[in-house]
Amino acid sequence: MEQFFFHTVAGLVVLTVLECLAILVPLLMAVAYLVYGERKVLGAIQLRKGPNTVGPFGLFQTFADAIKMLTKETVIPSGANRALYLLAPFLTFVLAMIAWAVIPTNNGWAIANINVGVLYLFAVSSLGVYGILIAGWASNSKYAFLGGLRSAAQMVSYEVSLGLVIVSILLVVGSLNLNDIILAQRHVWFCLPMLPMFVIFFISALAETNRAPFDLPEGESELVAGFFVEYSSLAFGLFFLGEYMNMILMSAMTSILFLGGWLAPFNIAPFTWVPGPIWLILKILFVLFMFIWVRATFPRYRYDQLMRLGWKVFLPFSLVWMVLTAGFLMATGMLPVGSANGVG
Amino acid sequence: MSDIVLREDIPDTMLPDGAAGGRRLHTIEIDSHSLNFGPQHPSAHGVLRLVLEMDGEVVARAVPHIGLLHRGTEKLIEYKTYMKALPYFDRLDYVSPMCEEQAFALATEKLLGIEIPDRAKWIRTMFAEITRILNHLLNITSFGLDCGALTPALWGYEEREKLLEFYEAASGARFHANYFRPGGVARDLPLGLTDRIAAWAEEFPRFIDDLEAMLTGNRIWKQRTVGIGVFTSEQALDWGFSGPCLRASGVPWDLRRSQPYDMYDQVSFAVPVARNGDCYDRYLVRVAEMRESVKIIVQCLQKMPAGPVRIQDNKISPPSRREMKRSMEALIHHFKLFTEGYHVPPGSTYIAVESPKGEFGVYLVADGSNRPYRCKIRPTGFSHLQAIDELSRRHMLADTVAIIGSLDLVFGEIDR
Repeated sequence: MEQFFFHTVAGLVVLTVLECLAILVPLLMAVAYLVYGERKVLGAIQLRKGPNTVGPFGLFQTFADAIKMLTKETVIPSGANRALYLLAPFLTFVLAMIAWAVIPTNNGWAIANINVGVLYLFAVSSLGVYGILIAGWASNSKYAFLGGLRSAAQMVSYEVSLGLVIVSILLVVGSLNLNDIILAQRHVWFCLPMLPMFVIFFISALAETNRAPFDLPEGESELVAGFFVEYSSLAFGLFFLGEYMNMILMSAMTSILFLGGWLAPFNIAPFTWVPGPIWLILKILFVLFMFIWVRATFPRYRYDQLMRLGWKVFLPFSLVWMVLTAGFLMATGMLPVGSANGVG
Repeated sequence: MSDIVLREDIPDTMLPDGAAGGRRLHTIEIDSHSLNFGPQHPSAHGVLRLVLEMDGEVVARAVPHIGLLHRGTEKLIEYKTYMKALPYFDRLDYVSPMCEEQAFALATEKLLGIEIPDRAKWIRTMFAEITRILNHLLNITSFGLDCGALTPALWGYEEREKLLEFYEAASGARFHANYFRPGGVARDLPLGLTDRIAAWAEEFPRFIDDLEAMLTGNRIWKQRTVGIGVFTSEQALDWGFSGPCLRASGVPWDLRRSQPYDMYDQVSFAVPVARNGDCYDRYLVRVAEMRESVKIIVQCLQKMPAGPVRIQDNKISPPSRREMKRSMEALIHHFKLFTEGYHVPPGSTYIAVESPKGEFGVYLVADGSNRPYRCKIRPTGFSHLQAIDELSRRHMLADTVAIIGSLDLVFGEIDR
């Protein structure tokens, strides 16, 4: 058995497929229940009930919605560039999925425990903008085009400050491996010593995933639905899934970089009994709740205000903080040069 | 397209392809693109169609197109008796129905030369203020929704529901009340309604506090509204603004104060005025007006006397049902009223009321028959809508949405 799985090509392929399924099936279920949870939380904040009819407590509402959506006709506008128009949702969806390859769910549990994990995540999320840009352009609709443009500008701007936040983390850890980043938080989670970076990262994550108050690309009251206004049926569904998967991904990244990933909050008995993946899930849920809470509370930014916030506030601040971090580490001799944990 | 003759001293190598031969270039003007905003748009507030000339994200010109909800109300009214004309007013500004009814009822009463009982006046004043709160609640919260704040809208609906229950208790209908009639109101308030309204009036200021906690101090909300769509008091007057939009620009003009009707001269209330005339001020004025309305409602409840709610002249208002059962004359009156209606002596009048959106006027011409000869309605939103180009020029697309929200447009009355 071990011989087959670890030492033959066919075995490795089967193993990898199984690993992928082990992460993607729960992920898709998570998206379904994130939608349900979002509607429930929004409902609670807005003094109403949320879905409560389909299944017990409305638990099957998302599936009912999915079935309804899939039975709709896929409309392709006559002016659209068919190939690109159909490519865009797949691109978004696939990119949202492949990022999960490097997310560790417990010590060493990741499909690919690679040394450039952070870089990989960053690269994948940067590519995400193409799906939106292509969708906006290929639809050949003004609203979609404006949405696509906004999205491209927004995601690029906030990626810069996200990158600088990550760099300052890397300076402290001395490794790009996500597992090492988590292990470096054994004593104190980075959200405490790097609180401003945590805030910037969270807000940038909101902008990166196009969530309120930065949901300009789809800004309902201005652009109707933004870049995916022309999409229907499965194509729309893929965008939708991709968006929510990205939300979970950014929550996972926030948990890993700042909230100690799968580490227990305190390294003492009752906390350490709970397995790591549970902690990670709890932290992801917490960040997701924050996402939804923000959505229920704030109005939407205007396009230029969003840009100003990104370039004139977050970028200089995170740059200064990065330099300060580096200077502090250099001055105290704590800069992890070379190999910090035997890797990197 | 225009031709440009190039200067002779430019070497051929520096010219673009094809231009070298004739040394003449066709220049093509790069048009700003136009964007069709509405009528099917989540922020169009009904059936507004705006054709926006966009310069990127910036609005170069906004041309409103109206008429998509035109129903010919004014003409229809000419073919109805005065009593049957009244329900059309509910359907004009369907967000503040009773205030529109009030204008028509007052105009008809003036032509008839009648004075209605005090209790009817108090009930009208109270329900006009309930209507004001209904309208402002919807406007403020949907304005918030236009700017992306989801929650106030849902909270607002909760409160509106309570107010619509008062409507229903008094008139039997939640929206199209048909309650204020020439000669008074349709029927007296049911038992216990005044207590319910009093209890609600006690609670409501706290709801306004909650609502303000979501928006007034919110930095994003302020960024979206402060300095957006600014109108000076001169501009506002020039464009025919009225109501909260005018008061937000610093003109302390309120018809309830300047030419009181019904019982507005008997109640004390403040007229909130703001200085800057931007979207934020229009929002603030409306919030302050809601607080004042609650005060007026409380005073109405305190001062409301017992007594009839309709004029006792059976030529104008129907006799009581009990009387109809035993008096032949009453039965005839009833029959005549609901078939032929009453005849209004010849004359014309213009009556304007301070509807929640501004000056809502009715110009009524009577020719002595049982139907109005002409009924011209002065809608409030129309003059606000016409300023949209001026207000939103050189603003961004998202600001146009905020401006539309702050103007409080309802197409039932604009298109009539």
